[in-house]
Amino acid sequence: MKNVGASPRRSGGYGRVTGHQEYLADIKLHDVLHAKLITLDCTRAKINSIDVTEAEKVPGVHFVMTPDDLPKPMPRFGPQFQDRPILADGETKYHGEPVAAVAAESKDAAEEAARLVKVDYEVLEGGIFSVAAALAPDAILVQDPALRPNDPLARTNVISEKRFGWGDIEAQESHLVVEDTYQFPMVTHFAIEPHGFMAAPEDGGISIWSTIQHPYLLQKMMAKMLGLPLAKVRVYAPDPGGGFGGKQIPKLEPLIAYMALRARRPVRLVLTLDETFQQVRRSSAEIRVRIGVDENGILTFEDIETNFLVGAYVDIADRVVGKSSYSAGGPYRVPAMKIIGRTIVSHTTPSTAFRGFGIPQISWARESVLDEIALRLGIDRLDIRLRNLARFNDEFIPLEHADGDWEQTVRVAAKRIGWKDPLPPGRGRGIAVGVKSGPTTGLSYSTVRLLYDGSAIVLAGTSDMGQGARTIFAQIAADELGIPVDQVTVVMGDTAVVPYDQQTSASRSSVLMGTAVLRACREVQSKVRDLAAKHYGIDPDAIKVAAGEVLLPDRAMPIVEVVEEALAPLGGEVSGTGEMRKDKQPDHPLGGTAAFYEFNCTACEVEVDPGTGAVILHKYVTVGDTGRSLNPLQVTAQGEGAAIMGLGHTLMEHIILDETGRIRNLGAIDYRILTSMDLPLELHSESVENADGPGPYGIKGVSEGSLLVTAPAVGAAVRDATGVVIRDLPLTPQRVWEALEEARNDGS
Amino acid sequence: MNDTLNEMRTISVTINGKARQLEVAVNHTLLDVLRDDIDLTGTKECCVVGECGACTVILNGRSVNSCLMLAVEADGGDLRTVEGLEGDDGLSALQAAFLDEGAAQCGFCIPGQLMAATALLEKNPNPTVEEIQEGLAGNLCRCAGYEQITRAVLAAVREGEQ
Repeated sequence: MKNVGASPRRSGGYGRVTGHQEYLADIKLHDVLHAKLITLDCTRAKINSIDVTEAEKVPGVHFVMTPDDLPKPMPRFGPQFQDRPILADGETKYHGEPVAAVAAESKDAAEEAARLVKVDYEVLEGGIFSVAAALAPDAILVQDPALRPNDPLARTNVISEKRFGWGDIEAQESHLVVEDTYQFPMVTHFAIEPHGFMAAPEDGGISIWSTIQHPYLLQKMMAKMLGLPLAKVRVYAPDPGGGFGGKQIPKLEPLIAYMALRARRPVRLVLTLDETFQQVRRSSAEIRVRIGVDENGILTFEDIETNFLVGAYVDIADRVVGKSSYSAGGPYRVPAMKIIGRTIVSHTTPSTAFRGFGIPQISWARESVLDEIALRLGIDRLDIRLRNLARFNDEFIPLEHADGDWEQTVRVAAKRIGWKDPLPPGRGRGIAVGVKSGPTTGLSYSTVRLLYDGSAIVLAGTSDMGQGARTIFAQIAADELGIPVDQVTVVMGDTAVVPYDQQTSASRSSVLMGTAVLRACREVQSKVRDLAAKHYGIDPDAIKVAAGEVLLPDRAMPIVEVVEEALAPLGGEVSGTGEMRKDKQPDHPLGGTAAFYEFNCTACEVEVDPGTGAVILHKYVTVGDTGRSLNPLQVTAQGEGAAIMGLGHTLMEHIILDETGRIRNLGAIDYRILTSMDLPLELHSESVENADGPGPYGIKGVSEGSLLVTAPAVGAAVRDATGVVIRDLPLTPQRVWEALEEARNDGS
Repeated sequence: MNDTLNEMRTISVTINGKARQLEVAVNHTLLDVLRDDIDLTGTKECCVVGECGACTVILNGRSVNSCLMLAVEADGGDLRTVEGLEGDDGLSALQAAFLDEGAAQCGFCIPGQLMAATALLEKNPNPTVEEIQEGLAGNLCRCAGYEQITRAVLAAVREGEQ
């Protein structure tokens, strides 16, 4: 194994440092029309009419697409519920919901025309912007009950209420019970690449370009919506410039497809960053946690209620709620558990998948309550976690087993932060643990083509959005075929060329697609054996092929030499296919067990400026159980990157709404993320590697672990340093200073 | 690119070492012209308000946000973009270091990071970690590869000293 466990230069790196990498917005289609969305500067509006007369007079404008130009009834779509209309259907339900779109010869003409579209509308009073408002008995209904005809909850703002649990929490005897409610804000993905879409009519079908993470989901959805066979919907998915979950699910592709079909020309829409903010966000949440323990801090029960405010259309949020709520209790042995998880709609941007998939919201509450218990019992906050942590192979949730030595991970983090070392004055430490389920189902195919000159092409339908999947697959193929990693080309992002992959999410790709690539390489190896047998006139049973080598009875030859010798006269290739399938399990509440768990322990040491409330991160440690780090450089980068992103929602990021539900901080000036000046003074991202994962060579997925418990670790450190408890994020200087002031006043 | 909506003007700019005459719309930013008119799409568009740094280019030796200036303001200037970094003898030391240190992840911010780092090193050939972080503070990276980017700049400095 030359490449596995090494960190070769990133496949696709050259284009990224020279500017030649083609992201969606860099692709120029001939004869293209530019689209521009028309939105209203309000949240809820009843649309009476849309007058496009003046707009369509702008030179270069082809048409303004309005709901009248779409099929009736308005087509609706979504991965779980078919609730999102292509354009606002008579009423806007969130600030920035598109009501129409211009198609013009130039961006300038499209923008000019967009200003001239006259929408006659009435602003509707009120709106649902909080969990409490959504659940009020007389609440305005966000969605038309007719969208959910047989649903008893259709006349509420609750899309679903999930109940999980085991044992009888009421029957448990506890020495101490603590209950608190925590808030988690709306935040947005802020990929540096804004979302973009293009579509072009084709012979009997359509081509669609999207910044999407799930091109095959888009292909299926568009085929169904347009009544086309899958083979006539070709999706091009150039590498996204960052995804973080925000680019998983189709959003504006149907609109652009209908516009292209109407124009009989390619149409292109690249959103601004501000528009992107209005298209995707993470669910905010209100999490109530009640935990019981005995006198030694051993858990007796957990009782958790999660209320996720998901926005106007459900997108994938109901899955976020279900999946995260199922493991809400965390990586612990808990004798009795009661979980209620609610998916609640609101008049806000539809939320979608976001790195961590609901776990950061829940962990913020659970880990903070556990700290409260430890402090009240006088038990060390590290010890209470170690005492309750699930051990390897424990069935810590029904049908789910701890798949690693999680205690080891916690001990590595504790040691790295110096948990038991004396604290410098004014400092505080925090520690927290979290666990997130990997994919519960999966289907990935790969084709590997070993060309006669010893180079190889890997077809893999994963989206490489920065996590480095392309490099991982090249490393696997290089080792299995015995060739240098820079002689492997990995092709992605074209549904007409690359075989099916279910999706790029849940940190799955190294494990699931990686296995498909591995199996495709093994098929190549098997065919090479037959090739060698024929070429050298040897019984195939006398030949073995292993990583990179053909073992003939009398000698070992590199695979590539055999292929060269056998294929040289005509050229050609040896190709193999691999499939990795994780089927649904109907008896499982989530439809399947976790393929693996991402387990993380985060610990930090902070100081709080008493005058400003600013949190200074002196030392920050994140440790994940990666099974094995196939590419240590990339694993470290994912760990640090997720930690820094987590520090965003912990310290500064939140979407701010005005009283009418309009976003007040659209765009990069008013919505702050961490810069190079905001980093922890010391940042360590480490891995525990026991080769106990299900992926190739024992790997697990790695890309989300480090932001699962950023908030509770930092919150605990702030409390340790100052004594103040804050139950709402982000821990902005203002919020921390106000809490300090309150404590100071209470003390005086 | 010419349409009836826009008043056009001809400007002369040296771009990556080559003198060019461009007919540009007076209301178009330098970023618009680079990306839409002359196919230099390595310079990226994100926030268009000068906060994210994805559109950073070097004009007359200074790193600037190309989204914040009109193309006509570049008239007579010497402009460098990411496409001009690679020379006849291969990648620049910074580009190579970005690859070796794993600084380029999704890559979308990287052209801006590279241009900001190039301008920084031209002004300050031996920066400290703090000076690098300050010099690149205007370039957001949501993959948050800040540590790798800083290490890459340091590695390029070391490379330059050899």
